[in-house]
Amino acid sequence: MSVDTTPQTAAAPAPSAGNNMSRLAFRMRDYGIVAALVIIVIALSLSTDTFLTSGNLVNLLDQTAVLGLLATGATICIISGVFDLTASATLALSAIIGVQVGRVTDVYVGFAAAVVAGALLGFVTGTVVVRSGVNSFVGTLATSLVYRGLAVMVTGGAIVYPLTASAENFGMLTWPSLFGLTSATIMFVVVVAILAVVVSRTTFGRRLYAVGGNAEAARLSGIRVGSIHVTAFMISGVCSALAGLILASRAGSAQSTMATGMELTAIAAAVVGGTSILGGEGAVWRALVGALLLTLIGNGFNLLGWDTIYQQVLQGLLILFAVTMDRWLRKRSR
Amino acid sequence: MSSQKAPSIAVRGVGKGYSGVTVLHDIDLDIAPGEVHGLVGENGAGKSTLLKILGGAIRSDTGTLSFDGEQVTVGSPRDSIAHGISLISQEGALVPALSVLDNVFLARWSHRGGLVSARSDRRRLAGLLEITGFSVNPDERVDRLPIGVQQQVEILRSLARGARVIAMDEPTAVLAEHEKENLLALIRKLAAGGTTIILVSHFLEEVLSVADRITVLRDGALIRTVTASETSPRELVGHMVGREIDVLYPDPQPVPDGSPVVLAARGLRRRLVNGVDLEVRSGEILGIAGLVGSGRTETLRLLFGADRPVEGVVEVDGVRLAQHTPRAAMAAGVAMVPESRKEQGLVMQRSIAENVALSSLSGRRSGPFVKRPAEKTAVGEISKSVDIRAADPEAAIETLSGGNQQKALFAKWLLRNPKVLLIDEPTRGVDVAAKTQIHHLITGLAAEGMAVVCVSSEIEELLALSHRVLVLRHGEPVGEYPRGTTPEVVIAAAFGSHEGEPS
Repeated sequence: MSVDTTPQTAAAPAPSAGNNMSRLAFRMRDYGIVAALVIIVIALSLSTDTFLTSGNLVNLLDQTAVLGLLATGATICIISGVFDLTASATLALSAIIGVQVGRVTDVYVGFAAAVVAGALLGFVTGTVVVRSGVNSFVGTLATSLVYRGLAVMVTGGAIVYPLTASAENFGMLTWPSLFGLTSATIMFVVVVAILAVVVSRTTFGRRLYAVGGNAEAARLSGIRVGSIHVTAFMISGVCSALAGLILASRAGSAQSTMATGMELTAIAAAVVGGTSILGGEGAVWRALVGALLLTLIGNGFNLLGWDTIYQQVLQGLLILFAVTMDRWLRKRSR
Repeated sequence: MSSQKAPSIAVRGVGKGYSGVTVLHDIDLDIAPGEVHGLVGENGAGKSTLLKILGGAIRSDTGTLSFDGEQVTVGSPRDSIAHGISLISQEGALVPALSVLDNVFLARWSHRGGLVSARSDRRRLAGLLEITGFSVNPDERVDRLPIGVQQQVEILRSLARGARVIAMDEPTAVLAEHEKENLLALIRKLAAGGTTIILVSHFLEEVLSVADRITVLRDGALIRTVTASETSPRELVGHMVGREIDVLYPDPQPVPDGSPVVLAARGLRRRLVNGVDLEVRSGEILGIAGLVGSGRTETLRLLFGADRPVEGVVEVDGVRLAQHTPRAAMAAGVAMVPESRKEQGLVMQRSIAENVALSSLSGRRSGPFVKRPAEKTAVGEISKSVDIRAADPEAAIETLSGGNQQKALFAKWLLRNPKVLLIDEPTRGVDVAAKTQIHHLITGLAAEGMAVVCVSSEIEELLALSHRVLVLRHGEPVGEYPRGTTPEVVIAAAFGSHEGEPS
């Protein structure tokens, strides 16, 4: 139905220099962090002759895998509007379950059990948060204490090892694989690629963004907000379990204090990558970029022989810088 | 401070742009002390921006603002309070968890030796209540108050701060008819007492009835300032759109004889809703009228399952909804355009296309994946048919004007081909042109056989669009009126004044 009473002027402002400027600011917000990553890579390549060696790159990616997986889980949760502070506790508990199940069956079954445990723990976390209606930050903080406590109970506070006979197989994630990368790296890349597709291409992904952006509007559009949140926590749980397996495989053991505090580094990586903590915005590739950036700083300190005392300070400043830039660009583009 | 006289305001060459897009340019305007000055224009004309500059919420990029011939800089809340300016914005600026008393004197509490003196504040508030004629419980938390009363709290705060200039953005948009009257009366009273009132409103009759002079803005430019007593709505609309247009409502087509009942509800009850029965036939538009708090919106929400009724039945095509959830209602063919676009309708930071596609995702998927080409086609077609004006469907929906956002909300539901469309405030915060388009859209959908239930605070709109109007009072139906009923009759029923009851 056409209505001929409409003025033609109001809607579209003519493109102008200013408009291009704002588009530039918009792009900066989208890809500024990628530019930062590239700059650091170039700087390290030029200032050291060890950075661009295949050995260092393999090492770098292997180091990124654990944080990258956790950051991916964190990103998916944050997009949907929740925080998962159970990530590192889930990591420890599912790695321990993996080792223990491996002792009575075999390594592969143990690994599968760890992943299933991660999913189940995520389901429990999600259900607790959704059913109780408590703010996810507080809800998952409490749940994470329970999981850590369970990890201590299961292990009696001791380090758990696989059977000596299967110790070699247990370290399989550290083995070199395709292109000389470690198996851990390959697993990480594959999982992140799958999740990136899930988030950006599926109806679930669309609902994830809608729930995080405006839960009430999503509910009134027929979306089951609770089950989207539970699913996000389950994905985060699986990511945590996989990260736990990488750490356990490297160490040849698991214990209740594994990766303590890493859930916060993971959230930091997600935010550095450019995912908005307000929910409804962000992307899985950003988690990868954020995790790489934080890991690169550590790598750079090593290669340049800088005192690692300053490393945390620099990481903290980088996080502040990233978040401030994001806020600033967001404000300007309004 | 409050005894000070209002200044004469002079605006010279004021301009403002956002990310390179000029929204206001070269505005010259004089406002006399104690004047009620209306700002009108379509959405995007720049009236809210000008109001915010006058109210000190934002700083202009160019130009100057003078009070009594003295150039002033206002760009922060502190500045404006110091200059005696107060801005009452659409969104409101109350602290939800604090009491009325604490909000009125927010950050300006009386104190004695570093301790807040509530007793002295209470006395001051009592004085203000007397001046304004409001009756508010000082100890009630403001988030428990109806929105109309919250607005009163904001006005009280302005007065408590000794405001000599009060800038109001769409103050009546959220109010019911009798509350509007009270507000307009208060504005006249304040102006008579020497306070300058600057007012932005979509409701031309209101502005005409209360303002001394009216400034019309179009596309960020000042078109004309006219004396209210010498102009008409028709002339104002003419200035607003650049030529005279007829603000005509389309007539709905008559409901065909024997048209089946599509939606029926019996004995709906929950909080504000106290036993509502209704039936809507295919092709029929049922209007629901009532004061704010009469249970209009709540009834619509119960029909859609947005809230669960304590009692009552909703039937679609004679089949009772098994569950009272949006999903169940949607599966039965019911759709709802909610009251608030921003809070309940749209995911503001996502794209236009994603928003439009959101409620019908399952219809265009292969396995877990979104069928993107199908989605693009579907969104493109529906956007065209409701005339969403956007350069790029991938742009964030918050970049659209209110009218286009509203059309996008309609598009989202039309993609599901609903049998029943529930619409809460179809044209709130929408410019004149888009309003007419939405009216045509609604009557067009009914003509194609959709059953429509519409709630609107604009009584003329409701009466013009509906085949029948159901009036609610205190959550109960108090009357049903056919087409052609006058607004006075419906408003009287909503108030209950024909029974001589106090409302």
